[in-house]
Amino acid sequence: MTAAVDTVPTRRQTWQEGFAAWARRNTWTLGLLGFLVLLIIFTKLINPSFGAGGISNIAIRALPLGFATAAQAIVVISGGIDLSVASMMAFVGVVTATLMEGQSPEFGLAVVIGVLLLGLLMGLVNGTLVVLTRVPDIVVTLAMSFVWWGAALLVLRTPGGESVRWLRDLALGPIGIDLLPRAAVLLVVVVAVIWIPLQRSRLGLSFYAVGSNQLAAFRSGVSVGRTKVLAYACTGLFAALGGLSLVATTTLGDPKPGPYTLPAVAAVVLGGVSLAGGRGGLAGPLIAVVILGLIRSDMTFLNLNQNLATVAEGVILIAVVMLGSFIQLRRSRA
Amino acid sequence: MSEPLQASVAPNPWLTASSWRLLFRDRPIIPLVFLLGLLIVISGLVRPNLINANQGAVILRAAVPLAILAFCQTLTMLTGGIDLSVGAVASASGFLVATLVGDQGLVLAIVIALIAAALVGLVTGIGVGVFRVHPLIMTLAMALVVLGLANVWQIETVQTGAGIPGELRTLGNSFVATYVPYNLAVFVPLALILLLGLRRTGYGRLLYAIGDNPIAARLSGARAWQVLVVLYVISAVLAAIAGFLIAGLNNTASVTLADSFLLPSVAAAVIGGTSILGGRGGIGGTIVGALILTVITALLNSLGYQAAVTQILFGLIIVAVAAAYTRVTAES
Repeated sequence: MTAAVDTVPTRRQTWQEGFAAWARRNTWTLGLLGFLVLLIIFTKLINPSFGAGGISNIAIRALPLGFATAAQAIVVISGGIDLSVASMMAFVGVVTATLMEGQSPEFGLAVVIGVLLLGLLMGLVNGTLVVLTRVPDIVVTLAMSFVWWGAALLVLRTPGGESVRWLRDLALGPIGIDLLPRAAVLLVVVVAVIWIPLQRSRLGLSFYAVGSNQLAAFRSGVSVGRTKVLAYACTGLFAALGGLSLVATTTLGDPKPGPYTLPAVAAVVLGGVSLAGGRGGLAGPLIAVVILGLIRSDMTFLNLNQNLATVAEGVILIAVVMLGSFIQLRRSRA
Repeated sequence: MSEPLQASVAPNPWLTASSWRLLFRDRPIIPLVFLLGLLIVISGLVRPNLINANQGAVILRAAVPLAILAFCQTLTMLTGGIDLSVGAVASASGFLVATLVGDQGLVLAIVIALIAAALVGLVTGIGVGVFRVHPLIMTLAMALVVLGLANVWQIETVQTGAGIPGELRTLGNSFVATYVPYNLAVFVPLALILLLGLRRTGYGRLLYAIGDNPIAARLSGARAWQVLVVLYVISAVLAAIAGFLIAGLNNTASVTLADSFLLPSVAAAVIGGTSILGGRGGIGGTIVGALILTVITALLNSLGYQAAVTQILFGLIIVAVAAAYTRVTAES
């Protein structure tokens, strides 16, 4: 009896051990980060003039996709998928741009708060439908993508509206030094402020629990239905942020959903979040968004056909997923 | 003593709720046809001038390409998959024919486009079947690859220009004897082959078996990867055929022409009673599903609703129908 007690380590982990454990848990993210560094070096080699302008372009394009990716990542972690992200972004975008037209900055703030609540609400509707009808999430969110798209068309038929000035200033231009675009800082800060406390909370833990094994989560006392609904609500919230960032970067609201849903799924998978759920975080997917953007800009610079970048994205996605399943197959055999 | 008495007052089995449920579960096509009839009656009441042979012919013509793309979804869903690359493959095939027909002639152009589509399907099938990539991801990625390659091709051929050959226009757009759409000549044989193929051949049963219970299928000796590779090749070829018809119907070809058919094709299969989880569904239901979607669109258009309202109703109908199926087919 006492022997068993003795084997429990009583001393605290040294920082090296702690770091090693942290690195083991985040191998994929660190690998992505390493790849990103290599890619930046490569970019600098082929294009010595790559600097503030290029970085800011990538960041501005990455802002809406980054939020869409964060939105998708949360629902995938909790074992679902949301194909209506781009439609929700379009709806939020047109509502924001219409309401902000010719209004004061203060009113703009109220609009921002309002559409964030709208995003939460749309997510709640998606989640409730998934849980109540027990229809596969792909089907429900695919159908709801029609609904949100239609709602966006009801608000505005063609791109229009405008953005209040402070919202544009929040996303465009550098902050402090030239090399640091506001869009990138905004993305990282907003995602971190929402996600880090969430991930450490009881709810965040339930997301992972439900995503990795619903039955086990249920038997451990997690309310599976409520957790799923809240995961979709978080997705809606991030989709609303994505919609706001569309308005901020284009100063327009466009009722046609942009190419965000499926590229976000791609970035989520590249970022190390398992489509089976319960695995990964938000850091990896965001790095993946930057990598994809950088590859696209490199190809443009190399005068390669822009469209080959689309091909490259597809090929990279397939390669990464194949690699992932190959590793898993070997693990399960070992 | 009381037992025979109870038996005699037992309700007619045809009237109990559970027998209705069984009917819905095993023969979803019966309630679907009923729903289609109801929709047509409603259309007739709201818009009497919508119900005539001309309108019927136009609706049929629009439903054919949608139904063929929905076949792709049906077949892949039977195995628990999905094919999100049909839009890109269909657009690219139509575009390929339009750009090649000038130099190569129609037959060769179509053959080249079919081979290209089959190659795409082969790669998808190998990814899904051999490397076990999730079909959603694999077909999504292939859609990106196909769209990118089609765009590259578009830039290469921009000098030669594109034109839809008259034969394709006839096939996709015109009517025989004023009321029979020409594209039925492609559709009917295709649907019959698939219908019989799913019901009567070993390959058809393997699709159901793999979707219903992959482990049981493997233990019974089915080689899932071979079935899946062939399946995705079939799906891509079907998508290419639909792409020809869509190009002919619109008398134009572009690399994104068929994209708007992608989500409705999934919807048609789901409404037709095919389960996205695999093992349940069929061709017949999908045809009725495609007809239902086309009739709804025509009705809403004729009522002068904005596209917005059509979109919203579309989405809500899909959720409602799918929820009804889930309720009915749930094991009790």
